[in-house]
Amino acid sequence: MTAIVENLDLYWSGFLTTLALSFWAGLLAFALGTLLAAFRVSPFPPLQALGTFYVETFRNTPLTVLWFFAVFALPLIDITLPSFFIAGVVALGLYTAAFVCEAVRSGINSVSAGQAEAARAIGLTFTQTLRLVVLPQAFRTVVPPLGNVWIAMVKNSSIGAAFGITELTAVATRLVNTYPADVIAVFAGSATGYLLITIPSGLLLGVVERRVVVLR
Amino acid sequence: MSQPSVLYDTLGPKGRRNVRIGTVIGVLVVLGIVAWVLWQLARSDQLEAERWGILFDTESGVPQSLGRALVNTLRAAAVGMALSMVLGAFLAAGRLSNHAWVRAPVSVVVQFFRGIPLLLLIFFVFLGLPQLGVSLNLFWSLVAGLTLYNMAVLAEIFRAGILSIDRGQSEAGYALGLRKTQVMALILVPQAVRRMLPAIVSQLVTLLKDTSLGFVIGYFELLRQGRSIVEFLGPRYGLQIYVGVAVMYIAVNLSLSLLARYLDRRTSRNPKVVSDPKTEEAEPVVPLGRE
Repeated sequence: MTAIVENLDLYWSGFLTTLALSFWAGLLAFALGTLLAAFRVSPFPPLQALGTFYVETFRNTPLTVLWFFAVFALPLIDITLPSFFIAGVVALGLYTAAFVCEAVRSGINSVSAGQAEAARAIGLTFTQTLRLVVLPQAFRTVVPPLGNVWIAMVKNSSIGAAFGITELTAVATRLVNTYPADVIAVFAGSATGYLLITIPSGLLLGVVERRVVVLR
Repeated sequence: MSQPSVLYDTLGPKGRRNVRIGTVIGVLVVLGIVAWVLWQLARSDQLEAERWGILFDTESGVPQSLGRALVNTLRAAAVGMALSMVLGAFLAAGRLSNHAWVRAPVSVVVQFFRGIPLLLLIFFVFLGLPQLGVSLNLFWSLVAGLTLYNMAVLAEIFRAGILSIDRGQSEAGYALGLRKTQVMALILVPQAVRRMLPAIVSQLVTLLKDTSLGFVIGYFELLRQGRSIVEFLGPRYGLQIYVGVAVMYIAVNLSLSLLARYLDRRTSRNPKVVSDPKTEEAEPVVPLGRE
């Protein structure tokens, strides 16, 4: 236990780094993923193709490989990201965007066609249909999968430990040699940090889910 | 494209014209992006045929070592898949047990391993366990981490699959005088497997992707091999080797994903799989764990 007590500040800064990394990457993923979902449901074939290509590529590339590209391959073509943290946000954000896109898209597709048909039948325009009828319903369906994507992303942010970011996992790898007698405590400290993010997220998600659920 | 969409009606002449205009603009934009990327690459001489040729030049030894690395990747994935499926099945059985003293500890194990990052587990096995007197080599450190994490995720998939079978099925089994084990083996599992197959395969794709974490501890899978080739040959071939590695990963994963989609379509056509209207819409692709 001494390992944790003596290094509480290290754990705390690791925790904050994990949180910050997840937050910024989540923001990027949400913005880009929503845009890609809009591409995929738009009536323009090239945009659909672009969206599909993006999702298939990024979903099937291991995150480690993406992160590796952001850190080691981009400098080869003279693009150097300002810091390891930014490289992490970019890699994690671009990867997660593919999953956000799929969640949002399946949310939109889950709204039954009758809803939109009824909206058109009473004379709503395209934007009105989208704003008043389709998106409010789609949003509710999207909440649980998006929550799962978020939780998965927080855990995925641990890969940053291998690419120069001192977040929770890196803290454990740093302390393990200093406190060989305390290995279990050292790793348990980091695990607790993750659980402190994922468990409340899961609970919050459950509450939101119950409040916005639509019965069809 | 011709499929009806929630968002817009079947297009009339004016709408079709707008779509055509939008399509042309879209194509131009996409081509513009591609051209810009190519120009950037050409400007730094990354497009030279000789540089890309190294991926196929058997005399340089690059294709051979990448091939060996692919085998290493697949070997770790295969062993991890087999172990986590078996252990996951046991854990799922434990979580479905009637005895609380079995159910409670198994639930704790499952929730714990599902809740923490895979890389932390791998580091624990690789850096932590030796301090406790258990030393595994690189291969088994990676496989142990993959197994511990994925057995928990698969256990949840299995459990959800069993619970999704209509209760009447097991009630009918008991009414016929079958024992609990028989109901499980003869009635629930055969039906559940069909329903769970897409979710299982997509989790296995995740496991395959996660073998790339072997890079972090120094196991010679594709990424680590690519890195060491580049260290050996110098940065001249860096981008080409890395792209080659990424393409290999994508090719393997994509073919497994396509298999998952094919299985999904086949099972959803199968009349033996009683479709549950509530789960029908849900995408099994994003499972409970990480992607």
